[in-house]
Amino acid sequence: MSGSTRLPVIVTEVVEVNSLIKRFRFVREDGGLMPGFSGGAHTVVEMDDNGTRRLNAYSLMSDPSDTSGYEISVRRDETGRGGSLFMHSGVKPGMKMVISQPVNLFGLDLRAKKHLLIAGGIGITPFIAQMAQLDALGHKFELHYAMRDRELGAYMKELSARHGDRVHPYYDLEKQAIDLATLLKTQPLGTHLYVCGPKGMIGWVLSTAEKMGWPNGALHSEEFLAPPVGEAFEVELSKSNITINVGPTQSLLEALEAAGVDAPYLCRGGACGQCECKVNAVEGEILNYDHWLSDEQKAAKSHIMPCVSRFKGERLVIEL
Amino acid sequence: MRSRPLYGRLVPRQGSSHFIVADGEGGEAVAALLTAAPDLKSTTHIVYIPGTNGTDLTTMVAGLGAQVFHAAPSYASASQRIRKVLGDAHMGLQLYAAGTEGLIGQVQRDAIAAGLPHDALQTEQRGSLARRVQCVHCKGITENVTLDPFVCSHCGLNLFVRDHYSRRLAAFQGVCIDAEDPGEVPASEERFK
Repeated sequence: MSGSTRLPVIVTEVVEVNSLIKRFRFVREDGGLMPGFSGGAHTVVEMDDNGTRRLNAYSLMSDPSDTSGYEISVRRDETGRGGSLFMHSGVKPGMKMVISQPVNLFGLDLRAKKHLLIAGGIGITPFIAQMAQLDALGHKFELHYAMRDRELGAYMKELSARHGDRVHPYYDLEKQAIDLATLLKTQPLGTHLYVCGPKGMIGWVLSTAEKMGWPNGALHSEEFLAPPVGEAFEVELSKSNITINVGPTQSLLEALEAAGVDAPYLCRGGACGQCECKVNAVEGEILNYDHWLSDEQKAAKSHIMPCVSRFKGERLVIEL
Repeated sequence: MRSRPLYGRLVPRQGSSHFIVADGEGGEAVAALLTAAPDLKSTTHIVYIPGTNGTDLTTMVAGLGAQVFHAAPSYASASQRIRKVLGDAHMGLQLYAAGTEGLIGQVQRDAIAAGLPHDALQTEQRGSLARRVQCVHCKGITENVTLDPFVCSHCGLNLFVRDHYSRRLAAFQGVCIDAEDPGEVPASEERFK
């Protein structure tokens, strides 16, 4: 129930890709092969940050045909809750860590005639694995990758070398922008679109595609949310019959885990729906930050996603 | 039965072009669509096939004012055109199928083959509910099945028509009804009018 099976690993490489991004390679502690994965999959990395347990999801960026290890890239977020800072300053080669089995919530639909990949910034990582997979399968694809500048354009050189003119960079500081309308208009029937990047970019790409008549089934996106910080709140658990306190920088899911409650989860970023929890009673406002619940569920205050959402008010009782 | 297809009503949707395939009474759904959204006409291509039950709305549908109109005597005769249109099209094309289940299923099959998600096309069932049925034994497909059980037009077995539907074949499944007691066949009923 709680996530997937854990894999004890050793960090074998820590590479500074640029001033903001570091790449990490993990191999199994027991020397065995990693479980196979498909492009778009992620792993949840467990961190022990001076006694605080942090669990962050990162897309696997290594070639899916290479099961000797997994690679992820982490962008340092100075204002985040600390997971990326810990990865940047606390994780060294040789260190033992625990990661989850791979889970794919952003898989390729291999029935497509062509794959149109649109990345923004660090959103490039799942596409690196997907392109390796598509290249090996001989499927048609093209990548449109927007980033701030050449220095922060992680992996552009490697991707150009491997995939040639199937890779199109756009540098914000050089006033380059994706001509989305033309791009979407000229795709052959049977193209599937995948977008990963900042929230605004995902919204822009998906809404433009819908307006231009792309069917929903051909649109794929992934955005992992970091649990937002906020005010502390209290939650009653109707099944466990306990009340827990959620701290300002803690998520409800983390508070449940700290209290020893075995709550389900998978992505820990508001995307997969695994942790959806029924609300038994509510006097106040549920602060929904997920991509999962429907507008009706949100309006009815019938459910909450403990991985990212918070509460403000008098009383919240959930079915756990 | 989860695989039993469900149909909706054709509604105008934004898109760069519109491709409509209809048979028999499905012509009325096409007329309703283009009456509700006359601005679609200039970018619409219609393929119309008269119904095997005798319903022929060719003149009416031809007069709707679509950019391209093509009448075909059967789906088989139209399928080369349909595949060519889908093969040349770009994303943004809106696809519609109206009429018998057999026609809708075949348009959906060709759309999937062109790489579209199975629910990307709009459908509206009109007219006969006659089924396209694949004999699970000889794999032959019999068109316009109205009776259940019926005799396979390929191998001659007595087939019971199930609701089990294949999107890949665009056909319902027909299973031998008297395999254990050959010759003990219930009387046929007209289940699919």
